[in-house]
Parts: sequence; structure tokens; C-alpha cells
Amino acid sequence: MSESKVLCEQVIAGGWNYSRIVKRGQKIRLTDIEGGANASLMCYNAHNFTERFNLGDTLKIQHICRIAKNCCLYGDMGRILLSVVEDTVGWHDPLCGCTHASLIKERFGEKDYQSAHNDFYRNGYDSLLVEIGKHGMTKRDFTELVNFFSKVVVTSDGKMTFVENNSKPGDYVELRAEMDTLVVIDTGMHPLNPSKEYLRKPVKVELLTCDIAGAEDPCFTWCPENGRGFINTANYNL
Amino acid sequence: MNSKLLESPRRIEDAVSDVTVLAGDGYMLPLKKGQILRLVDVEGNQSGDVQIYNANDPTERYNANNTITAQANTMIELGTVIRSNCGNAMLTVIADTCGEHDTLGSGCSAEGNVVRYTNKTRYMHSCRDTFVRTLENYGLSKRDQTCNLNFFTKVILDDKGRLEFADGISGPGKYIELRADMDVLFLLSDCSQLNNPCNDYNPTPIRLLVFDK
Amino acid sequence: MFTKYLESTLKEEDACYVEDVAAGKGWLHLIKKGQIFRILDLKGNQAVDTLFINANDPSERYSVQQTVQRQANCLVGVGTKLYSNDDNPMLTVIADTCGDHDTLGSACSCESNTCRYSLDKRYMHACRESFLKVLLETPNLDKRDQVNNLNFFMYVPFDEKGNLNFADGISGSGKYVEMRAEMDVFAVVSNCPQLNNPCNAYDPTPVRMIIWDSKESV
Repeated sequence: MSESKVLCEQVIAGGWNYSRIVKRGQKIRLTDIEGGANASLMCYNAHNFTERFNLGDTLKIQHICRIAKNCCLYGDMGRILLSVVEDTVGWHDPLCGCTHASLIKERFGEKDYQSAHNDFYRNGYDSLLVEIGKHGMTKRDFTELVNFFSKVVVTSDGKMTFVENNSKPGDYVELRAEMDTLVVIDTGMHPLNPSKEYLRKPVKVELLTCDIAGAEDPCFTWCPENGRGFINTANYNL
Repeated sequence: MNSKLLESPRRIEDAVSDVTVLAGDGYMLPLKKGQILRLVDVEGNQSGDVQIYNANDPTERYNANNTITAQANTMIELGTVIRSNCGNAMLTVIADTCGEHDTLGSGCSAEGNVVRYTNKTRYMHSCRDTFVRTLENYGLSKRDQTCNLNFFTKVILDDKGRLEFADGISGPGKYIELRADMDVLFLLSDCSQLNNPCNDYNPTPIRLLVFDK
Repeated sequence: MFTKYLESTLKEEDACYVEDVAAGKGWLHLIKKGQIFRILDLKGNQAVDTLFINANDPSERYSVQQTVQRQANCLVGVGTKLYSNDDNPMLTVIADTCGDHDTLGSACSCESNTCRYSLDKRYMHACRESFLKVLLETPNLDKRDQVNNLNFFMYVPFDEKGNLNFADGISGSGKYVEMRAEMDVFAVVSNCPQLNNPCNAYDPTPVRMIIWDSKESV
């Protein structure tokens, strides 16, 4: 197993967007610098954006309703886009989506660019739409997302509750690309976060080299379904 | 007075539409052939970044090269015919109390700002974000975004081939009036740039008035 | 939060549209604002994969994450508003004799079946095929318009440890769910053909689509 090298790093300002292609043979590490961050992440096959993260497939293939170490983020073609290879947090939310302008207005009122310049209130939906728009995509390409660093527990009656202080300063998660993947992130707050204050929490993103997964990889062996997902992905990458 | 300046005979109270766009915001305004649009620089020295599309076929859109070449001049002034990628007239300037509007500076973007200024500018609002987001509401995308017009913006060129953004020559209440030569969609991003003097470091509103004649 | 069981007062003979959809088939139909739309589980325990698209702007469509976020609950029942990606309510559930409809499982596909079961399941019919067929037959719609859908009558239990499963359903013969359209929508349905798990009790069956004009939609 070779040592991972950091190729580049950047701090995404709180409440802003970011994207990059993570190639097979690379991984990204997202670090919650201050604690309590939220990173809404969407991902796409870098060579064909119509193949994109699929929430239902990700959950039912692995029988999960939360993302954690050894889980995989599946696209809609039976192939894996990203796998969670390291995780100090333990639970990331795939259910709740992101904030919209309407929710931000209900919770915090309005603060526009005219009056506040770059302290203006932003929302996850518009921010992510802008970032995918930079890659030539439109609203029809907006899909489901995972909120990294956030935890929402669901009870058997379906009720969802946000758990505060899920992620501590310095907590991180590493996502390995199983195919060349466009990763799109917004660091706006989680929509169920009950904070009375509009939060801006930065997230550090590092790009690292890594080995390509083999048949002994913990994500591969985590469940038989993932084994088949990895086989499909390896065949695609030939 | 600059012989290229001309006031309009139209009165504000005759406008059929009156919208004020705040700094950092975008607005898509449909105009029918023959209608007249007045852009007003409400507080002075505010850059209004504009894209224009044929309302019946958005693959036909404003083109800087065709506009400049047809008049052998890089500035938008009284009499300028704003042309499309197909060479067709989209709008004609029929009144102007500012003059010397820019065709070369195009829209700011976070990505361009990082190159022009510092890495910290990646997380500042920009016209690219405004254009992309507004276009998405119309099923259009970044592919439909071109080198846009900048009303009320002064860009200085010299004979050594250099270009700079300068403190503008516009002022409170100055305006430009355009007659639609075809049905168009007129997309304004009221520029949010704080890293150069194009908005006098103080982005302010732009008012859009539409007249039927 | 949910009133789990609420019967409708509407009668099928007063409906303006009635059609049975066989298992394995897709169905796409316009429902106008104010109309009432019922899906009837004729034989019981049939998963009905359902999407909604704004008929006047197809870039606006049902969003599972907006829906569960807005109600802080990932089950669908009486009172649920089905939200769009633009955070607008598209339909409201107004009657339901089954309850606890699924939002998380989405549609089966040939591709995901190879992961979930075995590689040779690639060549069995699946909802994704039916969805794509009806979408591609409709002008200006294609794969990009297929997002994670609802599953009416499907039971997907989950727990506080973050696990999720497909189980034998809680629906039965004659149970139904009824919704009022809050905007003009295309209802896009795949009557699920899945045979590899109990979501259709291993016996996919027909369902009935019924639409009534309400006073507002006339």
C-alpha cells in the first residue's frame, strides 16, 4: 500500500460552493475546521454527467439510511462513484437535502448583496445550481446529495431529528474516486440545523493520491453487494 | 457636450414597466420588437453586465465581435447597432447621456477573480454566478453565456495594446436607451465586483424602464 | 403527525378518468391543478413507483429530499405535501387507507439489480426501463428528468442505527392513496416488476389510476 501524497488543498469558505474532478487513483479529504460544519455533496461521472449520484440505489444496495466508513456513493448505473475510506465522524446524512432561499428567509430574514456585499445570505440550492452550471449543466441535472458532517436520526415512525455537535473541530472524511468523478460541494448549513444564527462554517478540501481498490479492500468486502458494484466499476474503467 | 450624447424625449410616467435591480441580482426582461428599454444608472458608476438572446431562438445571441466589427469601434454609443452571432440587429442605441459603454471587459467571475487578484476572491459574489443561476430558470446554461456588454463601464485601451478598467464617466441618473429590433430576452446582471473601480467600489441599483414607443 | 387512515368520500363512478396499469408498464398522464388523483392497489402489496413533473416547466420536479426535509419525516401519509426541487408543493395527500409509503427506496433498475442480487440479474425488467420509455416518448423529456421517486404501498423499515430493509408490505387488496394536485403536473408511474425482493410480494399485480375533477379544476 503506497503512502498518500497531498496534491493540493483549499479552504472552502462557509456557505460557498466548490467543485473539482477527482480522478480514479485519487481521493479527497474534507475536514471540518471549526466543528459543526455541513458539506452538501453531489457527484457525477466526469465523462458523462447523466450518470450521477443516486440516493435510492446507494441506500438500498447497502441497506443503509446513513453514510459512514466503508459505504459507497453509487451512481444510477450500478457503478460506484466515491467510497468512504476514512471517517472520524461516524454518521453523514443522505436524506435531508439542502437549504432553499425560502427556508433561509423563513429562518433568518433577508440579507441581500446590495446591503451586505459578500456577507449576503446564500442557500444550498442556488449555490449548487450555480456550481453545476459552471460545468454546462442545468436544473435538470440537479440531483440528490449527501450532507457530510451532519447527523439526522430517523425513528420507526419516520420522524427525523437533527443531532447537534455531531462533528468536532478537526473531524474529517476521505472519499476515494472509483471512476473519474466530478464532485460538487456547498458548505451552507444543514436545513434541519436549529441554530438561531445563520452559520458559515468553512471546510478544508485536500486532493490526495491513493491506491486503486482491490478485492480485499474494506469497502469492497463490506457487503456482497458492494463487491458486485466494484466489479461493475472495474469493468467500466477498462 | 459630447456630440455622441443625446437625451430622450420619453417621460418616465409613460413607461409600461419599471423594475429596479439591486447590486448582485440578475433580471431577465422580455422585449418585443419596437419597444424601447431605458437603463438608468441610479446612483452613478454602476456596471450593468448584459446578455441578449433572440426570444424565439436563444441560440441566436449578442455577439461582441460582430457588433465591434460592423462599426469598427469597440465602444457602444449613440447609433450603435448591437448585433447577434448571426450578424442581425438586435437593439439600436437611440439615446445616451453617458457614452463610451464597454464591449471588451465582459462579466466578472470568481474563477477569473482568483487569477486577476488573489485566492481569497474565489468566495466573493460575481456576475458569472448571477448569469448562470438566472439562465437556469429559462432552461439555458453556461453554454449560452458569451462575452457580454457592460453598460456605464469605462475601459481604457491604448496604442500599445493594453486594457484597463477605469473610474467611470457615468453619474447619478445617467441612462442609455435601446430600441428592440427583434423580440429579445435582455438579461442584466447588476455587477457585484469589489476588486476594481468598475462600480466605484460601491455596487448600486440599476433601473429598467420599458416604453412601447 | 399523520392521521394514518382516512377514507375518501369520492366515488369511482364520478371520476373523469379510470385506467388499469399492468405490472411492468409505465404510465404518464397530465393532472391539472385542483384535480384529485387516486392510485388503487387492486390486489394488494404492489409497489407503485411514482414521479411528478411540473407540466409547464419540466425542470421543476418532485424532490424526495425537499419533501422529507419540509415535514422532518421520511414517510408519506395523509397531510404530506410532495415538494419540488424548487421548494413548491406539487400535491397534497388527502386520503390514505394504507399509510407509511416509502420515500427512500426509489426505482429498481437492471444496473442496481446486478449489485443487489447477482450479476446475471442484468436481464430482468425493472422500473428504470419503464420510466425511461414513457419519458422518452414525451417531447423534451429524457433520463435527466428521472430523479428519485416515491414508492406507494411499499414498506421499507429503517432503524436508529441507520439500517434499511425491504419487507413484506402493509398494503392490501383495495387499499388506496389519494392526492390533490397543487399545480399542473405530469404523473409518471412505473408499476414495479421487481421479483427479487418482497416489495411486490413476489407477484407484481395491476393497479388502477383514477382522476376526479374537483370544483376548482372544472
